[in-house]
Amino acid sequence: MELKHISDLNQLKEIKDQSYSEINMRLKESDRNLNEIKEYQVLICSGTGCTASKSQIILKKLNQEIQKRNLINKVKVYKTGCFGFCKLGPIIVVHPERIFYCEVSEEDIDEIVDKHFCQNEVVERLLYKGDDKQVKKTIDELDFFNDQQRIALRNCGVINPEDINEYIAMDGYLMLATILEEKRDRNTIINELLNSGLRGRGGGGFPTGKKWEYALSYENDEKFVVCNADEGDPGAFMDRSILEGDPHSVIEAMTIAGYTIGASKGFVYVRAEYPIAVERLRIAINQAKELGLLGQNILNSGFNFELDIRLGAGAFVCGEETALLQSVMGMRGEPRPRPPFPAKVGLWEKPTLNNNVETYANVPIILKNGADWYNKIGTENSKGTKVFALAGQVINTGLIEVPMGTTLRTIVYNIGGGIDNQRELKAVQTGGPSGGCIPVSLIDTPIDFESLSEIGSMMGSGGLIVMDETDCMVDIARFYLEFAQDESCGKCVPCRIGTKRLLEMLTKITEGKGKEEDLKIMEELCYDIKESSLCGLGQTAPNPILSTLKYFKDEYLAHINEHKCPAGVCNALLQVVISDEKCIACGICARVCPVSAITGERKKPPYEIHQDICIKCGACIPKCPTDAIYKR
Amino acid sequence: MDIYIDKTEEENFKKLDEILETHGHDQGHLITILRDAQEVFGYLPEKVQSYLSLKLDIPISTVNGVVSFYSLFSQEKKGRFTIGVCLGTACYVKGAKDVLNAIKEELGLDSGETTLDHLFTLKDTRCIGACGLAPVVMINDDVHGKVTPSDIPSLLHQYIKKSKEEQDD
Ligand SMILES: Cc1cc2nc3c(=O)[nH]c(=O)nc-3n(C[C@H](O)[C@H](O)[C@H](O)COP(=O)(O)O)c2cc1C
Ligand code: SF4
Ligand code: FES
Repeated sequence: MELKHISDLNQLKEIKDQSYSEINMRLKESDRNLNEIKEYQVLICSGTGCTASKSQIILKKLNQEIQKRNLINKVKVYKTGCFGFCKLGPIIVVHPERIFYCEVSEEDIDEIVDKHFCQNEVVERLLYKGDDKQVKKTIDELDFFNDQQRIALRNCGVINPEDINEYIAMDGYLMLATILEEKRDRNTIINELLNSGLRGRGGGGFPTGKKWEYALSYENDEKFVVCNADEGDPGAFMDRSILEGDPHSVIEAMTIAGYTIGASKGFVYVRAEYPIAVERLRIAINQAKELGLLGQNILNSGFNFELDIRLGAGAFVCGEETALLQSVMGMRGEPRPRPPFPAKVGLWEKPTLNNNVETYANVPIILKNGADWYNKIGTENSKGTKVFALAGQVINTGLIEVPMGTTLRTIVYNIGGGIDNQRELKAVQTGGPSGGCIPVSLIDTPIDFESLSEIGSMMGSGGLIVMDETDCMVDIARFYLEFAQDESCGKCVPCRIGTKRLLEMLTKITEGKGKEEDLKIMEELCYDIKESSLCGLGQTAPNPILSTLKYFKDEYLAHINEHKCPAGVCNALLQVVISDEKCIACGICARVCPVSAITGERKKPPYEIHQDICIKCGACIPKCPTDAIYKR
Repeated sequence: MDIYIDKTEEENFKKLDEILETHGHDQGHLITILRDAQEVFGYLPEKVQSYLSLKLDIPISTVNGVVSFYSLFSQEKKGRFTIGVCLGTACYVKGAKDVLNAIKEELGLDSGETTLDHLFTLKDTRCIGACGLAPVVMINDDVHGKVTPSDIPSLLHQYIKKSKEEQDD
């Protein structure tokens, strides 16, 4: 790709007009003549989910077939960011008709090329079929997208993240260029953000405009802008998808932030576990530099802004902002007390503005469309939209973005398509290890920062895990405590020792060795840890216990008093059994059992496990060729 | 203090010098340097840590403090393939524990251990961002989605075969 250095707003607009005409056919609102298609544009999801399901192999194959059939001028193939419908990946969308193909495999490519591109016929069998068995031809017919509003994800699935011109086509860098051209007053920018009501998407929900205002107010010869892309919540991938699908939106926002607070250097702190995101970010930074939208003397304005990437090295606590700053400087990521806040004392003791990826991704479009456009979306105190990673026992797992105030019911049933395997919804977990489990009785709560805290959970960064009757709430609490305990940096005692004690008590309960008095002690300890821990990790680590104790106490009592795990999860309280129907009497299980607890006769199903001998090691389960052995 | 570098290690240490050069011997880049060093050596033995301490003029305790703090760094030699079983929330509720147990059983390993032939290292990892495909297992850079315990033997076999082919080449 050839990139020309540009030096003012007009030249940017020229690129915009040119690229817009090229990608215009991908936009829903554009006019299209479907009778006579001269050119196809094929978008292949290249997010992590679809890449895992081999979308890059498909991309290669598609290009080969197109070349072979001499269709290079007629069919163009592009990478794009996550469409959100990860469950059905790899996903391919064909424009101008907006045809949505899912679960495409390498073997399907021939047919797509022959039928669709040569004969202009849709390949019916690769279309999505909804619950009602109705075939959905275009992306606009999918229920999955109906209740969504994509603002932070506006460009994901539309543009090629590795081509800066496509970002510019969607009005990218327009705000940065306009601000620099006008030499816009810094307070005007801050006021716009304040009026928009945008709050931090990293979990805390602090008003973004306020944070920028503080960072501006501390005079210093050097300041920094940081982007928190550490995304530690162990079931979430919102920030990752934004970086993979629209890295320039973050770069543009950080550059605007640099101009606003008076910083000329920025860092993006990304998890090393996100190689695709890092690579896209790197490409984007280089392209922005080449065009003159980043680096020295941006668009001849005299404003300089350099951006660097720093990789995290696998420590959850580094998502906490003071720890993150330590890590950016190459040290152990241990938190320190706040205040002073980073806006006053940050990197190398200088004022440092730190925001989350999704927060930044919202900034350019808010500035472009205006605060009054943004603050009409959402609820009274939580404006705009929120991206969630929808996962767990829900049919449509994936990435979604909904206006604040959407209910969990809408998310789980309308967007998520309900619960997998026709089971019953039990709870929804939000806020990751700092959050809580929301019971099905509260599923009509409109979600925003306040409402989630009121019911004992929190917004967090956006992980949303759906749980059904087969999930044990005590075990889930134990899972999160194990995580917190493992990730505690160990600097302060309540968190280091306290979470360990909590984990021991929970483990005892899941093994059927708990006592009812333990619950009281555990609850007290939870509050002590919350009050006396140094950083957010310790302060929120007990939340999963407190919320499950509040809403699912009966499950704790079942483990304690009846020595039963109602959901059938906790190993020590279960039996390993063989399903009569599935057993084919091959005898493999009997051979692997270390204590000879399994007996039976070859070819005469079923085999049987003698519960008095079985030590529940589970060795037989994975060996069974028909998955007939399970725990109950 | 001088560090004795064996002939067989010379090449790797030369690469390490180049890494130090690209990062301008900057202490602030310690984490990046350690990452790159781990790429070269496969892990971060004491000798490499001492070497970096010397070259960057940082106390060895600080270097080791950083190495031991971050889970990405390993002070022990790892296997040819690192198997990462995602124990993120989405994978956990979709049965990742059973998958992990199946691998433990198959290889006779615990998390964090390496097989004697240095073929496999087993690890549990956090969410790798493919929750839609849960449960997920990562083997080196390959992501395998919707894995069940009964898939494990054939999955591992693919890699055993791969390593045999490499040796034959
Ligand atoms: C233990 C812990 C982990 C955190 N992890 C993240 C994270 O992964 N990403 C993030 O943006 N913020 C995380 N935060 C919140 C940050 O400290 C900080 O509030 C946030 O980055 C500020 O950006 P915002 O105002 O745009 O939300 C974490 C906080 C704590 C206490
Ligand atoms: S609360 Fe936990 S993670 Fe935070 S500083 Fe204390 S020990 Fe470290
Ligand atoms: S929880 Fe396993 S990939 Fe996200």
